[in-house]
Amino acid sequence: METLFGITGKDFVITAYDSKAVASITLMKIGEDKSRELNSHSLMLFSGEPGDGVHFSEYIERNIKLYGIRNGIELSPKAVASFARRELADSLRSRKPYSVNLLIAGFDVKTNRPALYWLDHLASMVDVPFAAHGYGAYYCLSLLDRYHREDITEEEGIKLLQKCIGELRSRMILNMPDFVAKVVNKDGIRIVQI
Amino acid sequence: MSRRYDARTTIFSPEGRLYQVEYAMEAISHASTALGILAKDGLVIAAEKKVASKLLDETKGGEKIYIINDNMICGVAGITSDANILINYVQTAAQQYLYTYNEDMPCEQLVQKLCDLKQGYTQYGGLRPFGVSFVYGGWDEHHGFQLYHSDPSGNYSGWKATCIGANTASAQGILRQEYKEEGVTLQEAKNLAIKVLSKTMDTTSLGSDKIEFATLELVDGKVVRRIFNQSEIEALLKENNLLTKTEEAK
Repeated sequence: METLFGITGKDFVITAYDSKAVASITLMKIGEDKSRELNSHSLMLFSGEPGDGVHFSEYIERNIKLYGIRNGIELSPKAVASFARRELADSLRSRKPYSVNLLIAGFDVKTNRPALYWLDHLASMVDVPFAAHGYGAYYCLSLLDRYHREDITEEEGIKLLQKCIGELRSRMILNMPDFVAKVVNKDGIRIVQI
Repeated sequence: MSRRYDARTTIFSPEGRLYQVEYAMEAISHASTALGILAKDGLVIAAEKKVASKLLDETKGGEKIYIINDNMICGVAGITSDANILINYVQTAAQQYLYTYNEDMPCEQLVQKLCDLKQGYTQYGGLRPFGVSFVYGGWDEHHGFQLYHSDPSGNYSGWKATCIGANTASAQGILRQEYKEEGVTLQEAKNLAIKVLSKTMDTTSLGSDKIEFATLELVDGKVVRRIFNQSEIEALLKENNLLTKTEEAK
């Protein structure tokens, strides 16, 4: 149900999430925020068990923020993702593991490269040029395989994302409400209209 | 004067001093010297070895200079057994950071970690402070090459050149005179280090078996730590015309 997307380009990462909050057969809310800004250049999208998602992502968010305040420097996207993965891995062998899937998108200001990490609730982590979570992945990864190139511009990235969402609109049985898209680049994190 | 306060390590004297910490620093001032010098393209840590007896079997690496992690080294002055505990702690802390963040620990944070531990022994526990001072040298992507110094109180500061142990007053004086404001190259730092060490060492004959020497620099973007072996130290002494006659005659 809950779909997350991430697409990297030359100097940015565009992410998108569907804004539905569902409980069993009822649509509880449209306009749910499934993202958290971890620091000025790292963004985390989450899906899975509703309570776990918010609890885990806010835990990561405040720990990453605390690091920045304590040490006066920001963690790189790779370090942020590694930290989140480590927390997920420790939770996995506890009494009740967190059941969350994540996309961590960032821009590394030291190397000037975009970064996108796909993590799942079993604490796997891969660093990928594009990624998706949820049923949407089954429809769109093939589209991204076909049309993605690593040097695309932001406009091309947005068009590619729109292609993916269009595919979901025509092929998924449930109505897809508006997606919320956010871009991470050297200037930080901002919402874009798609 | 306030002798009856000395027994408790973790309380102030009426004058507002921590005697145990001061006594620890006194112990360090009798230990052999270690110094560090920051260069534009690297850094040097050099130290004098206390006992160089023919009968000593040198199986362990060295007693003065240690590797902390891929991007940091340090020199110690003080009680060697205390130093071992702290070195072990800081090596573990560095690996814990790598385990959590998959990146090398930034230098200043590592220094802070050790200093926080040392501070604990001045405030609670009822145990004496560690009788060791450190001079740390490392590189990270945030601040480049850095040199730090910490003492038993748990205070630390960043330096361009500093020394710990015996004769620090004269060594610091020479460093202040000779260190160029605009910065030095690694080669100049190496020469300066060996020169200062030779001036402050008590012995009449300077030999490679009495010195420990290490450098840290970037090669192709990666940190390279070099702990000099005896022949490399001898070559450095020769270059600076510091090899004494008795050594050359051998």
